[in-house]
Amino acid sequence: MKSLSDKLLGGKQGAVGLALLALLLFVVFPLWLDLFRLGLLGKYVTYAFVAVSLVLLWGNGGILSLGQGMFFGLGGYCMAMFLKLEASDPVSTKIQTTPGIPDFMDWNQLTEIPWFWVPFKSLPLTLLLVLIVPTLLAFIIGYAMFKRRVGGVYFAIITQAIALILSILIVGQQGYTGGVNGITDLKTMMGWDIRTDSAKYILYFANAGLLIGCMLLSRYILTSKFGMLLLAMRDKEERVRFSGYDVSNFKIFIFCVAAMISAIGGAMFTLQIGFMSPSFVGIVPSIEMVIFAAVGGRMSLIGAVYGTLLVNFGKTVFSETFPELWLFLMGGLFIAVVMFFPDGLAGIYEKYAKKFDVAGLVSKYASKISKKASKMIGEII
Amino acid sequence: MFGYTMDEVGNIMVMQGFSGLSLFSVLLLMALGLAIIFGQMGVINMAHGEFMTVGAYTTVFMSKLAVKYEIVNTYFVFAIIAAFIIAFFIGYFIEYLLIRHLYKRPLDTLLATWGLSLVMQQIFRSTFGAKEVSAELPEWLLGSFKPTPDIDIPINGVFVMGLALIVTVGVYFFMFRSRGGLRVRATMQNRIMAGAVGINTQKVDRLTFALGCGIAGVAGAAFTTISSTGPTTGSLYIVDSFMVVVFGGAASLMGTIASAFGIAQAQSILQFFMTSSMGKVATLMTIVIILMMRPEGLFASKVRK
Amino acid sequence: MSNTDFVLAIEDLTVSFDGFKAVDALTMYIDKNELRVVIGPNGAGKTTVLDLICGKTKSTSGTIKFKNKELTKLSEHEIVRAGVGRKFQTPSIYENLTVYQNLEVSYPVGRTVWGSLTFKRTAALQEQVYKIAAEVLLTGHLQMEAALLSHGQKQWLEIGMLLMQDPELLMLDEPVAGMSAKERDQTAELLNRICKNRSVLVIEHDMEFVKKIAHKVTVLHQGKILAEGSMEKVQADEKVIEVYLGH
Repeated sequence: MKSLSDKLLGGKQGAVGLALLALLLFVVFPLWLDLFRLGLLGKYVTYAFVAVSLVLLWGNGGILSLGQGMFFGLGGYCMAMFLKLEASDPVSTKIQTTPGIPDFMDWNQLTEIPWFWVPFKSLPLTLLLVLIVPTLLAFIIGYAMFKRRVGGVYFAIITQAIALILSILIVGQQGYTGGVNGITDLKTMMGWDIRTDSAKYILYFANAGLLIGCMLLSRYILTSKFGMLLLAMRDKEERVRFSGYDVSNFKIFIFCVAAMISAIGGAMFTLQIGFMSPSFVGIVPSIEMVIFAAVGGRMSLIGAVYGTLLVNFGKTVFSETFPELWLFLMGGLFIAVVMFFPDGLAGIYEKYAKKFDVAGLVSKYASKISKKASKMIGEII
Repeated sequence: MFGYTMDEVGNIMVMQGFSGLSLFSVLLLMALGLAIIFGQMGVINMAHGEFMTVGAYTTVFMSKLAVKYEIVNTYFVFAIIAAFIIAFFIGYFIEYLLIRHLYKRPLDTLLATWGLSLVMQQIFRSTFGAKEVSAELPEWLLGSFKPTPDIDIPINGVFVMGLALIVTVGVYFFMFRSRGGLRVRATMQNRIMAGAVGINTQKVDRLTFALGCGIAGVAGAAFTTISSTGPTTGSLYIVDSFMVVVFGGAASLMGTIASAFGIAQAQSILQFFMTSSMGKVATLMTIVIILMMRPEGLFASKVRK
Repeated sequence: MSNTDFVLAIEDLTVSFDGFKAVDALTMYIDKNELRVVIGPNGAGKTTVLDLICGKTKSTSGTIKFKNKELTKLSEHEIVRAGVGRKFQTPSIYENLTVYQNLEVSYPVGRTVWGSLTFKRTAALQEQVYKIAAEVLLTGHLQMEAALLSHGQKQWLEIGMLLMQDPELLMLDEPVAGMSAKERDQTAELLNRICKNRSVLVIEHDMEFVKKIAHKVTVLHQGKILAEGSMEKVQADEKVIEVYLGH
């Protein structure tokens, strides 16, 4: 019988790994890094949401989506729309032809807010839409394709096409969406200024907390019977169907969950970095997010997070000093991961950690230290 | 309609039709190469656009030589042949290095070839610079002819179309009327048996992939007559090319042709009446919706599973 | 009109692929707790019949009634839930899961998305897994990864997975292909045991094996029934002899 803790944490090894990650994100990095670099890290953490979603969808479900950027972007845009409306109050926009509407609408001679912007005046509704809109899109796409047994490569190409469609649409409709520059100049959320230092710290912790939360949710899914079925469907879809399961429903569900998780990442991105643009929606960002999961380990939630942090860190470092080298490296990374280490860093870790039982060591030390600590505290009191 | 007279609409349709034809020709050439690689081999080559760019850069390079040696009016045909050969050999090499390890894993091939496309784009950038370059076109390709005073048909468009038709016919004859093509089709349909009767399936794979890349090279040469080339030009056409192949039914040559024609025309005409971006969106969305209703594409044959 | 006592009533079933009739106006009835073996030369349409029953292939015309429920209108997983289990010609098991997990996944509880997310492993489930594992002679291998089993054991595992579903009609496509003589004996025993509570439809080529298990034999040829009856009767039938020896 699996206890709830087993289901959420994935056993001893899983719990230790997660605790370590939480320690890094909540304690080590905030103490070690200055606010600017912490902001960069926060950005990487938002990408990690998508990588985690791909572990569910691609690593376990065998469904490669080359369009996760759509969902990341949609979540981000929803949040951006709310923040932009708040920042476009009549007082601060009084120099516009039509005060009270976002600047880019004014530049495009719009005189009132389009109908689909109206719901984003309310924060609760916005939060709901951040979750619902991408999930609904995923449901429609998933239903249309999985019920027709479209999978594999065709599915990947079509998600890529849809991501392209969405990005072209956003760029082309500048008046409604802010166009290629995106939605910028975001200031406050319900009066709370999101640009101050303290706000940035709070948002960072909220971000990291949500990531851990999504990982726990994913862990729960993967250790349940659903998770086992995902693996079975990945390897022998027919057999699962002939065991009495409606395979398409399962695929649609996991695609929607992956969309939702990516969307949360997108919304947190908007909050932390202060803008959202179509450069996160299209083909290139979507496939980059796949590489984060691939490098970290498409079968490992924790690995995918580390993979994202590592690749993005590398990107920041290299593209400043050796921009030409970076693209070579990235392309080479794609090829190398696919050809030589398909289970990513997590796979390499598994091979060597099993030899030394790293998790066992860590948990042994952890329990020793905590025993000593509680003894010391007991003596002091 | 839309503020134009019927006559004018007719002329617009013809001219857009012809501008659609240039697009059609390039798309057809790209899709032919991709149909061979994807439709026949099941390999997703996300770097296919970069092979087109190889052909384009080859042509540009040769045009610079032609300017230097003053053979601008005669070099172009040689440039096309050179584009084919160079793209062919690079494709041959890539199949040997990379693709042959990944045949059983189509999704991984997709990712690996995407990585390849990034590497190739960077090579282009480092070798030719980030700015777009153009080929010096021979005189006979420039200008247009006017069958009626209101209709302007660019010569390069007709040339490109003719080129695409020649290549298509060539591919057809190779695949369906030659021993080489027979070997290719045998390998694709039943690899084990083909090997058992003495066909060197690995060699066939390599040649088939290289052929597809070579055709992309020709597409690149054709492309230089329409537009300038930069390191990322290939990525503009890759999604469209895949859509053409998947829409037409990956295994069908006729399907590829019809699909390329339909998509190119639809996009041209829609782009005239709507904005450029909305036209593209409308075309892509229609394709995706049709694919969702009929995933095997328009011309897929009914096969007993 | 179909008889309501039959577990499976196939009537006038035809499927044509571009003009070629793989199954041609087939009519066949299977009783409760009967073990029927279908034999016939290659290409006779035997696997196609199974494909039609379990929904893998759609028929061109005709009806298939399972306990009076029309199967041709249902989707594959609905047919399974109605009580039909199918074993494939090449062992179709989950190679990356353990034997225990393979059996567990086949337990007919928690088959919907929500059901599988909230699925709790009960003692009843564990008992059932142990019981079935014993039936298919895999008790000692429960924690082994299925990919590491021998070919014969994989066949048994697949039968076990089907037994977990507790189907009323169990269809097996060449269950002893690739097995040793001893394994065939064990499988014959297994099949004779399990048909006590359900109907079993078997496709086989090994005549010795067929003799050991069949209650009744149906011979198919070119999509039609050539002969039907006990093993002795069928073996003595002139048409059957001609078709098998060929002229």
